[in-house]
Amino acid sequence: MNHWYMLTVVGEDRRAIVAHLTHALYEGGCNLGEASMMRLGGNFSIMMMVQTTLSKHQLDQLIEPVVDSLGLHAHIDSIKGQLHQHQIPDVRVHVNGADRAGIVSQVVGALAEAGLDITDLESDVAGTEQQPIYLMIIEGHASEGIEPLRSALEIVAQNGIDARIDEIETMVG
Amino acid sequence: MEILKYPDPRLKQVSEPVDCFDDALRQFVRELEQTMRAGPGGVGIAAPQVACFKQIVIVDVSSKPKIPSHGCMILINPELTRWEGLALGREGCMSVPDYTGNVIRAESITVQALNEHGEQQAFDCEGYEARAVQHEIDHLQGMLFLDRLVSRRNDLFKRKVYKK
Repeated sequence: MNHWYMLTVVGEDRRAIVAHLTHALYEGGCNLGEASMMRLGGNFSIMMMVQTTLSKHQLDQLIEPVVDSLGLHAHIDSIKGQLHQHQIPDVRVHVNGADRAGIVSQVVGALAEAGLDITDLESDVAGTEQQPIYLMIIEGHASEGIEPLRSALEIVAQNGIDARIDEIETMVG
Repeated sequence: MEILKYPDPRLKQVSEPVDCFDDALRQFVRELEQTMRAGPGGVGIAAPQVACFKQIVIVDVSSKPKIPSHGCMILINPELTRWEGLALGREGCMSVPDYTGNVIRAESITVQALNEHGEQQAFDCEGYEARAVQHEIDHLQGMLFLDRLVSRRNDLFKRKVYKK
């Protein structure tokens, strides 16, 4: 019987991590689902849906040689597959400001209270080491409409954060 | 009519101009419009999506509130004669179920086309409506929005900032 797992892999970025890992999975008879892989700071992070007849322990053993040889850390969770259920986001929030602790918490906390279901969040620390800036783009579904989110952002913006919200009108043709 | 779904290779086929404006064409246009309106949220359709490889497009964004619209545009043998500006927007397609992604399109266009009676017409379109017209005309060239997707993390606006 096929199981779905969420395979999380992190480690210092180096060449061909994805190639080595996906080769081992393919050779082991696994099928991949949706994945998010990106470099965060100097680290490479992978979150990948894996479908296989293997047990969690067997999957762990399958990838162990690659994980060990590349100095990575892996974590496996059993999940429900739930493909083909994409939620289309209807708002995009842009947040910028001088980097400091608490920006994400304050912004997403206010937005969650105002009805935002986040579908995608990405953030970067840019600027210089002396003057780092924080940039964040959030996409999601405004379950209570866009106006409560605008009001929430106005309050957040009083703490020195630049924030704006745009409607996403998806064109289906 | 049944919508072709990617990866059906027929969606890559280039469509031919229409040269006969008869009752059969007008009947086909009516059925194409019904198919567009039957789709979930569909605001446009191109004939090759229903396996008719003729340069016929319908766009009607009037169901969307707050969006400038020319109503239902029947665009036969369409041609973009002006395009200005760039805008990033989210698109989906009845031929690509369960996926939406970001695509860069011209912000403002003029499209010249014939209607179902063979009469010449031209429309100046902006924003969402311009996006829909460009998406549908792409179908006539065998192009899907999948061929124009841009990265989520490196979109147009970020690059604009970092290029300064």
